[in-house]
Amino acid sequence: MFYGGTIFFFLVFLGLTYNTEQVLPKRDNRAALADPAVVAGKKLWETNQCIGCHSLLGEGAYFAPELGNVYKRRGPEFIKAWIQAQPTGAPGRRQMPQFNLTDKQLDELVAFFKYVGEIDTAKWPPNIEG
Amino acid sequence: MQYKSQAVSKPYFIAAMGLFVAQILFGLIMGLQYVMGDFLFPHIPFNVARMVHTNALIVWLLMGFMGAAYYLIPEESETELFSPKLAIALFWIFLVAAALTVVGYLLVPYATLAKMTGNDLLPTMGREFLEQPLITKIGIVVVALAFLFNITMTVLKGRKTAINTVLLVGLWGLAIFFLFSFYNPHNVVRDKFYWWWVVHLWVEGVWELILGAILAFVLIKITGVDREVIEKWLYVIITLTLVTGILGTGHHYYWIGTPEYWQWFGSIFSALEPIPFFAMTLFAFNMVNRRRREHPNKAATLWALGTGVMAFLGAGVWGFLHTLAPVNFYTHGTQITAAHGHMAFYGAYVMVVITMISYAMPLMRGRAANSNKAQVVEMWGFWLMTIAMVFITLFLTAAGILQVWLQRVAASPMSFMDAQDQVSMFYWMREWSGVVFLIGLLVYIWSFFIPGEEKAKA
Ligand code: HEM
Ligand code: HEM
Ligand SMILES: [Fe+2]
Repeated sequence: MFYGGTIFFFLVFLGLTYNTEQVLPKRDNRAALADPAVVAGKKLWETNQCIGCHSLLGEGAYFAPELGNVYKRRGPEFIKAWIQAQPTGAPGRRQMPQFNLTDKQLDELVAFFKYVGEIDTAKWPPNIEG
Repeated sequence: MQYKSQAVSKPYFIAAMGLFVAQILFGLIMGLQYVMGDFLFPHIPFNVARMVHTNALIVWLLMGFMGAAYYLIPEESETELFSPKLAIALFWIFLVAAALTVVGYLLVPYATLAKMTGNDLLPTMGREFLEQPLITKIGIVVVALAFLFNITMTVLKGRKTAINTVLLVGLWGLAIFFLFSFYNPHNVVRDKFYWWWVVHLWVEGVWELILGAILAFVLIKITGVDREVIEKWLYVIITLTLVTGILGTGHHYYWIGTPEYWQWFGSIFSALEPIPFFAMTLFAFNMVNRRRREHPNKAATLWALGTGVMAFLGAGVWGFLHTLAPVNFYTHGTQITAAHGHMAFYGAYVMVVITMISYAMPLMRGRAANSNKAQVVEMWGFWLMTIAMVFITLFLTAAGILQVWLQRVAASPMSFMDAQDQVSMFYWMREWSGVVFLIGLLVYIWSFFIPGEEKAKA
């Protein structure tokens, strides 16, 4: 029962995984990955540990706003200006660090946010506030 | 203690408790940053505190599992551990690696740490829970494999029981699924998809086997109920776990770009996941009610029962609360998630490790159980921590419901930061509950230093 049940459901899981991989090209906006800036942006997202405060498509931390849809919410110029202006230093307000990014790196991050924003997420989040 | 080599688990348990204290201190720092945003900034930004908090948790639970295995496997297999020396060497390697990693998080900017540790060779860092530098990840794999070799050899040369087999399967699964932490495709959807093979298939899969095996072992020892009965329960629990939990992974595939049929698979199978947790509650209470001996270690019995109840509440009830796709659409990535994460981790994995420690530590120190006074103090620790965790969960749930309402449901939705300001009262109450939790933990640790009177009965 244990081995049988486990193996059966694991095989079903693998089957669904295979199918998911077949369907994904239609949903995951992978065309955007042809642009090296997007790939570089993802790496910047990771190596600055943005996920330690923010969520991306609802996963991550809950200390700071969702960024999966930030490109739609704020637009490229606001995003870059915001990152450069940190920390606000406003007393008592949650603070975001200064990451000392170059203009090129800022553009790469924006390209990454645009890419993520165009993934088909089954209409999540419920509204623009994320 | 029946086999000399079981004693290798002692340093593991002690280090686990040390890291547990560190985990909670960093939790309190973050809890304060939730309401006093500039606290300790820029010295310890929130993201750094969070890495220390969650990674310390994972590492000390792994230490606890290893310690538990080193204690349990020789006794179940009725033979000395294959290599106690290896076990001690691995302990030091693991501890030093963990300490260096934390020092790295605290002293070096994360981007610099990534550069220094070879993240450019194979980028794996910067993903939630898997923030460890590449060399730490490799270290974890090496330690895990050597550990598995040691205990597998022990089981192979000794008696094979359902308990040690389930424990072995669980621990091997843990190591195998960790390998997905090395896979980090550029494609965000695929990255997230396989990230859950580590995180979900751990806590709602193979770790539950470890949990079941440890609980079964302690229940045999403290209740004296027949092994056949206990093993039957264990078998049913782990079957239910994997039958529901594998496809239950789908509850993380609703909104990350994956096909929408996952909303059906995820909702249906994960809605069944509370069943094995409920079976664990019944298991613990039934065995204790049918006990055939009065074990002097009342504290360990309390922890075992507590695990049964709190794992069901945290994982089963709080998990069910937000697992159906139409609900999760609103609650995804809110304080509701945090509420559930806290009670589930505490109720299932923290408590089962402490159950084992509570049972095994007195025996390793030459007595069947601690003195009455020490046990009373330990039970105070139990109640303080457990009740504090219930309140942490309730306050986060309240904050989460309001957050969902203000930010996602209301006719004119509030921005994230504005909604956070509105619910800050609940964050303050969470922080005070956290202080009580810390007091409970210190009381618990204090109980180890109260001299034991009762003689060993083996
Ligand atoms: C003094 C008590 C504690 C406090 C104040 C505290 C605080 C926090 C905070 C503020 C976060 C970050 C939430 C966010 O991302 O915005 C967090 C995350 C987390 N904590 Fe704690 N914590 C405490 C105790 C614990 C305990 C005892 C456990 C484990 C049993 C635990 C496990 C976790 C986990 C698993 C996460 C990640 C949650 C997720 O991603 O949903 N914490 N904690
Ligand atoms: C002991 C077992 C469990 C533990 C330790 C645990 C822990 C966690 C943690 C830490 C997260 C947050 C992950 C993140 O940071 O993104 C999470 C998410 C989640 N868990 Fe669990 N969990 C357990 C069992 C369950 C069960 C049995 C269910 C369902 C009945 C469940 C349903 C969920 C759901 C739906 C989410 C996603 C929340 C969201 O959309 O934001 N969990 N769990
Ligand atoms: Fe899950």
